[in-house]
Formats: sequence, C-alpha cells, structure tokens
Amino acid sequence: MSTDTTVKANATPTYSEAFQSGVREEMTRNKGIFILGTDLQERGGHFAQVKGIAQEFGFDRVKDSPISEAAMVAAGMGAAMYGCHPIIDLNFIDFSLGAMDEIINQAAKIRYMFNKPVPLVIRATSGVAGGGAHHCNSLESFFAHTAGLSLAVPSTPMDVKGLIKTALRNEDPVIFLMHKKLSGIRGEIKGDDYFVPFGKAATIKPGRDAAIISYGYSIVTANKAAQALEAEGISVEVIDLRTLYPLDTDAINAAVQKFGRIVVVDEAPLFGSITAEIAATATEANFSSLKGPIVRIGAVRAPLSANPGMVDASIPSVDSISAAVKKVMKY
Amino acid sequence: MSTLNKEKALAALRQMMVIRDFEETADMLSLRGKLAGGIHNSSGQEAVAVGVLSALAPDDVIATTHRSHHHTLAKGFTAKSVMAELAAKSTGVSGGRGGSMHLAGVERGHFGGNGIVGAGVGIAMGAALGIQTLKEKKVAVGFVGDGGMNTGRTWEAGGDLAKRASGFGLPSFNINGQDVEEVIKYTTEARERALAGEGPTFINAVTYRYYGHNTGEKGQYRTQEEIAEWRNSKDPIDSYTAVILERKFATQQEIDDMRASVRQEIEEAVAFAASSPEPDISTITQGVDSGKLGIQL
Repeated sequence: MSTDTTVKANATPTYSEAFQSGVREEMTRNKGIFILGTDLQERGGHFAQVKGIAQEFGFDRVKDSPISEAAMVAAGMGAAMYGCHPIIDLNFIDFSLGAMDEIINQAAKIRYMFNKPVPLVIRATSGVAGGGAHHCNSLESFFAHTAGLSLAVPSTPMDVKGLIKTALRNEDPVIFLMHKKLSGIRGEIKGDDYFVPFGKAATIKPGRDAAIISYGYSIVTANKAAQALEAEGISVEVIDLRTLYPLDTDAINAAVQKFGRIVVVDEAPLFGSITAEIAATATEANFSSLKGPIVRIGAVRAPLSANPGMVDASIPSVDSISAAVKKVMKY
Repeated sequence: MSTLNKEKALAALRQMMVIRDFEETADMLSLRGKLAGGIHNSSGQEAVAVGVLSALAPDDVIATTHRSHHHTLAKGFTAKSVMAELAAKSTGVSGGRGGSMHLAGVERGHFGGNGIVGAGVGIAMGAALGIQTLKEKKVAVGFVGDGGMNTGRTWEAGGDLAKRASGFGLPSFNINGQDVEEVIKYTTEARERALAGEGPTFINAVTYRYYGHNTGEKGQYRTQEEIAEWRNSKDPIDSYTAVILERKFATQQEIDDMRASVRQEIEEAVAFAASSPEPDISTITQGVDSGKLGIQL
C-alpha cells in the first residue's frame, strides 16, 4: 500500500489516496467534519487512508480514540445529531460487531423515530485478504438489510472519491466499505465537483453475451475472467454495483433484459448474501427474460482460514467465475 | 446548601407534582390498555429529573433511558405531547413513531430515550464531542440507571458507582437524589466544570422507584416495608413540600391548589392524547433516510 502523503504529479492516485483527496476537499468545505478512530493521527490509518490529514487539519479534526468501537460509533452518532458530520474509522469492518447496537439500533433508526438526520460515515475495510477470521469478514448483507443505512462498496479510486464526497454532502448514516486488497491500486480521479450518486451501477466492461454483476474486489477477479473468456469468444459485460443500498435495480433489470444470462459474484458467504437479493429482484421482475437461472457464486459457509490455499478456495476465483459464465452460456 | 428562591422552589415542586401525577395516570392507563403498550414508571425519582434539568440551560443536551418520561417533562415538553407519544399518536413528541421509550426532541437538546439499557451515555458523550468540535458553550448529560451502569458501553463512553467512576479520574459524587436542591447544586457545579473545560463529572443521585420495572411488574425483589419506608420518609415531593411550607413560600391552601391544577393539566393531557389523530399509516416507509443519496449534486 502507498505511504505517499500527497498525490504525485505524474502518478495516478491510489484507492487510499483517492479517499484522502475526497475527505480533504470536504473537510475544507465543512468544519463539522471530523475523523475519529484508531491509529489515525500519526499512522494515517492502517491503509494510509487518512495519511497527512491530521497534520494538515489538526488533531481536533482527526482524533485518535481509545479502542472501543461502541464508544466511537456512539460518539459519532451523538455528534452527528448535534450538527457535525463525523467519519468514524473502524479500520476493519469486523470490528463493527462491537458497535452493532450503536449502528443498527441507534444510528439507523434515529431519523425515522425522531425526525432528525444522522449525517455519519462509518468507514472500514471489508473483504477477504490475509489476516484470518477476525479481519476478513464480509458483513455487507447485515447492513444492507437494515432500514436507515446506506452502503457504499467502491472498487476504483474514481468511485472512492466520488462516493465519499456524496456521503459527506448528505445527511444519512453511510457504511463506507473499502476493500483492503484495493488499497494500492491506482486510477484516475476527478476534481472537487465530481460526485458519484448512490444507487447507480457502472459498466466496467461492455459485453454482448452475458453479464457479471458484482462489486468490490470481485470486480477485479470478474474482469480477469471476462478477459480470459474473450479469448474463447465469449463476450461478458461486467457491472459494478458501487453501492449495495440503494441498489441499482434498474441496471440489474436492464442487464437481465439485455442478456438473459446473469452471473452474480460476491466474496461474502453465499447463504443469505446480497447475491440472493439481486437474483430474487431480477427474477421477480424479469423472469421471462431469463434464459435460465441466475448463477450466484460467493464464499463458502466457513470462517476464513489463515491458510492461503484455503483462503483462495473460500472465495470466487477467475476459474470459478469463468465456469459460471460458461454455465449460463449453455442455456 | 444553596436554596432556591420562592419562584424557583415553587416551580420545582410543581414540576415534580406534574411528573408524579403523569406517571401514576399513565401507569393506570397502560394497565387498562389505553396506551401503546407498557411504560416504565419513574414515581419516586422526580427530584433527580427536576434537579438536573433545573440546573441545565434550555439548549443543553440530554440523552436518557427507557425510563424517561420524567426527564422529558422536566426538559420542558408538555404533558400533552408526552402523553400523546405514550399513546403513539401523531401529536406526540416523536410523532407516534417512538412511544414511551423513545421520547425525543433533538432540536431542543433532547437526544432521546432509549430501549437499550446504557446506550444514552454514549450518545451524550457524542453530543459533547459535537459541542467541542463546533466550539459551542453547552453541556451534555447522559442519564443511566444502576442496571445501565453495569453495561460495558457506559464505561467505554465515560468513565459502589461513584467509586467506580472515580477510578476513571472523574470527579464523582454520591448525593441524595430525593433532595431536588442537592441535585441542582451538584449538577450546577458539574455544568460549570464542564464549561470551564474541566471535563465530565459523575453524579450518583441515590433515588428509589416506587413501582416495578415496567407496568404491572410487581418487583418482588423488594419488601413492602422497604418501599413504604422510602415513600413515607424520603419522598421527594413530600419533603420538598415541607421545606416550602417551612420557608413560608406557600400556604397549605396554595399547595393544595397547585396539586389541583396539576391534576387538571394531566387530565387535559389524557384527553388530548385520546382525541389526537393516529399517524398517517401511508407514511410508514417515509423518513427512513433522506432519499437524496442517489441524486447527483
């Protein structure tokens, strides 16, 4: 991962630097934005996501917290209700489990019960990398299931910046999940006035024969699979959802109508995952457009192992995605 | 002990009477099925709510507990609007969406009751952080009961109870929660410390609730003798009435008149709640979120 504090003139920024860029711009604009979490002031976060921001904006705006996720989220919620727009940085979404009451019972419900917005961003990394069972959970479906929460899952520097800026201009509690394996990837970003709306998917790669719908790091794997399939004469479209709530059901339905052959890819365990929501949504709305069942692939129903071979076997691979596409091509 | 002047003393006494009458009336209505479920009755604990809220500025922040009618009334919300919320009517403080445990008025510094024991302290801490960040001069108070004191979150957010808190370096006081003037004194001092940048204070206002945990709960973990002792010798309203009579702030007739006017106020609240319209069911999914995240700015 990058340790750069600024975006080099000749290099496109990393995913983490794109986050820094969007946060810097919004912190300059809104004095009520502050970042609270662990290892932020000196280290700049475990993924350099706030590197240099404390030095630039001061330790009042980037605060290191005692390690209590419940207290961090409660603090963010109370401050948001008071009129600030906090970013609570939990480093790993696994740690949100220590604050689930604050997130789901409290922050998500305040607006509905009290007619008071809670402008709060909870940022964390998500998804499978090394580090074992307590640093690799994919909890997206927990949050997507909860009324009152929105959920961003960007896969590119451009979308990281555009989505965090949208989140910080709005008034909803947002779970902002950045995949750890994307931290160092580079890509173009845009300037101060570029915002990515929530609930709008992006086509990463156009295709003619079938579509893969996914998000996060699986977009990288899906792209590799799509390139490999091109060599075999199968043209696959890759659709990046970018946010899981709101979910771009229009894009999902359009893909079903266009191709009738759909593969949904997710790193979360398949049972009860967001892939099921996507498949059900598409099937209910466009059953007659489908040439066969939507194929879902996701993680096995097991905690993540420390063993690298077992990690690879847990989640979708280029081969498993390619096989799934070939399956729908047989319809 | 600082003493209140006549006007403030009578206001404090009347507010405690309002809470007592409100709670006993609401408990009865709940048992008869006239409210939207059970309630948590605060009878006996009036001096803590009135004492703390009297010491705060109107726009200071509170975040409270499942038992919060008294805090809400003492914060200045009308008996009508609180009773209507207990009945889950559209005219209630939370528009009928909250109910007894979720009374709030965030714009007025009431950051909500809470169905989760111990959750209010963290929210108050967050409000204090917001006050600091925006460089304003207010304080935030988190209410927590002895049950909530044992939750981890209470300790993660802030800090026998006062002794525990003192272990965190907080100025900590065990005080008589049945004495409204003592509660005012300690809360006023705590507020001044907070505004001077000296951080949070822990106040354990020792009090006693006369009824069970919730409507209909008999609370057989306490003896009738113990309850009678608190009611008969330590009641915050009776003892403060005696103080007011002794100071000649009011005659017995004036106290009786006050009680009658309180009774009328609560009866009006009951009638208001009963006659208020239900929330519009078609709004059931409205206000969950802003609906604006998808709009390009």
